[in-house]
Amino acid sequence: MPLIKNGEVVSDPHNGEIHTLGSFLETAPNDIEDARAVRLMPDDDPHELAPFLKDVELIEITFPRYADGRGYSQAQLLRRRLGYKGELRAVGDVLRDQLLFMLRSGFDAFELGRSDAADAFAAACKEYSAFYQPAADGEVGVFARRHAG
Amino acid sequence: MYRYDEFDAQIVKERAAQFRTQVERRLSGDITEDQFKPLRLMNGVYLQLHAYMLRIAIPYGTLRSEQMRKFARIARHYDKGYGHWTTRQNIQFNWVALKDIPDVLDELAEVEMHAIQTSGNCIRNTTSDQFAGAAADEIVDPRPWCEIIRQWSTFHPEFSFLPRKFKIAVTAASTDRAAVRVHDIGLHMRKSDAGEIGFEVIVGGGQGRTPHVGTTIHEFVTEANLLDYLEAIMRVYNRHGRRDNKYKARIKILVNEMGAEEFTRQVEEEFAAQGSAEKIVLPQAEIDRIHAYFAPPAFETLPETSEGFIKASHDDPDFAHWAKTNVRAHKQTGYGIVTVSCKPIGAPPGDVSDAQMMVAAHLAETYSFDEIRITHEQNMVLPHVKLDDLYTVYTELKAAGLATANYELISDIICCPGLDYCNLANARSIPVAVDLQQKFADVELQDDIGELKIKISGCINACGHHHVGHIGILGVDRKGEEFYQITFGGRADEHAKIGSIAGPGLRAEDVPPALARVVDKYRELRTDKSERFIDAISRLGDEPFKEALYAAD
Repeated sequence: MPLIKNGEVVSDPHNGEIHTLGSFLETAPNDIEDARAVRLMPDDDPHELAPFLKDVELIEITFPRYADGRGYSQAQLLRRRLGYKGELRAVGDVLRDQLLFMLRSGFDAFELGRSDAADAFAAACKEYSAFYQPAADGEVGVFARRHAG
Repeated sequence: MYRYDEFDAQIVKERAAQFRTQVERRLSGDITEDQFKPLRLMNGVYLQLHAYMLRIAIPYGTLRSEQMRKFARIARHYDKGYGHWTTRQNIQFNWVALKDIPDVLDELAEVEMHAIQTSGNCIRNTTSDQFAGAAADEIVDPRPWCEIIRQWSTFHPEFSFLPRKFKIAVTAASTDRAAVRVHDIGLHMRKSDAGEIGFEVIVGGGQGRTPHVGTTIHEFVTEANLLDYLEAIMRVYNRHGRRDNKYKARIKILVNEMGAEEFTRQVEEEFAAQGSAEKIVLPQAEIDRIHAYFAPPAFETLPETSEGFIKASHDDPDFAHWAKTNVRAHKQTGYGIVTVSCKPIGAPPGDVSDAQMMVAAHLAETYSFDEIRITHEQNMVLPHVKLDDLYTVYTELKAAGLATANYELISDIICCPGLDYCNLANARSIPVAVDLQQKFADVELQDDIGELKIKISGCINACGHHHVGHIGILGVDRKGEEFYQITFGGRADEHAKIGSIAGPGLRAEDVPPALARVVDKYRELRTDKSERFIDAISRLGDEPFKEALYAAD
């Protein structure tokens, strides 16, 4: 499945094991070298990753159905509260028309199951030029932009 | 009234352009109806029994004349000449062709309107008191905060795929006309002893199959903290609300299953954990900017009484009766708040024609500082009319079929579209409403009965708010036959209560005579006319009314 990162289709840089949260929490305290990547399911609590985040390179967040929006909260918590800086990848039922919400919530990589993935991503990112809320993408919200300088 | 700045205008324009490409993808067969569904559901487009339906947002029910005229044009040009006010202060058009919807959205954008937040599992259009800014009993105008909430919740990156739809209502009056206690979040604005404005936060109210009156989880959230506090509630709900069963997915179920105390603890914990970088930046200058749009209009200084009004009342008893029934006290001396009934006897409640919209627009422009409100009870309001002008306004309304004198009376029925339009419905609701209106059409009888709110839903999703009707009517299907279950004692005001079921359902034709017996029983038992039906039920309980309901010969 095409992987989009920084707007381009890339080959997956991660080729090691991806842990479930359970196996990650068993491995990480003893062997952080072997615990660089973890896949969260929607009901996993990202706070459990907190002690190890500086050493994690990849967190996959799973969207079993596009309508299951728990992954957006997981992403916001990881980026804005817990300060995670590594790759945050959306996997599962990732649709073109959700990409902007995901970007704004802090995702920087997307598994997008379509042949025109790069074009679709580029088009989706350009659809809006202003946002009311500040979010995890560093965009300044309209409330603040109206009164900037 | 709020006016768009460049940002608001840009966002709405971009939305219309985005949906145009999505509709093109659907019409060209590039995407299937299944793939199109989540896209149309973020743009107020539903697939109904006969056609697509377009629901347009009217934020907190406030409109300018120009916007009402745009509705009239849409009704005439794209629909069959009418629109329908919804119980969330929005408008629905039932016959717009999918291929035309992008053009409709472009036309709406020209007058600062859109269909955002009218469908899907997002934070929906914020509703409020239809008398906001005019009511004698409010502490402040709640609409600036409705507008702030509208902007904050528009395309929220984290809360656009919630377990279920999410409704927020705000009031600032002692009499709650916005039903805040039966919303996912209700905000009742309060003034502290120190004169500071804040919000009582009520969570987990709602109707549908498992109705609940909401629980107050915070007595007083300050204005500065409001959006951050709402974010905390939304995050707890988004993470923990049930997604295994759509009928158990509303926040009321989470609050109920978790317990209000534990839910509150989690919200408080989430709120306390927000770092400074997570807070919403809402500068005081921005709060002030939005409030400035809602400054009171340039009211004249007028005497308390109007000679013209007194004379017209004397000369035209129908006018006097209408004024007594449909005009309410205004905070400004010499003005009144006019409810324009959209419940004429014998027509679908809440439907208005393009011509009627044009009349309302003209009257608002000429006599009400260019403002119109839509109420969750499916009527219109001219919020600021001089008593001197009431007779002229009445005369023009009457000519347009808009002067039915029944605000809050038994024929002012809330009713969902029911099986005539809706693919969720189990039973028809409009014909039941119409039969009841005809049964109680007599003006003097209605006046004698006084305030009595009948609310009708054609299925357990409760769009017609039957749970909070003084008398609620729920249509159910039993082996292919429609039956109507009656509830007593519900109310949506500051003493909100879910009505209790009287007993077995009735056939459609038995509903009007049965309710006539209930009403007769009430008139027999009330202490005097000042004891409303709902007060009599509080005092006497349901029993005497149940007996009357089933006392057919």
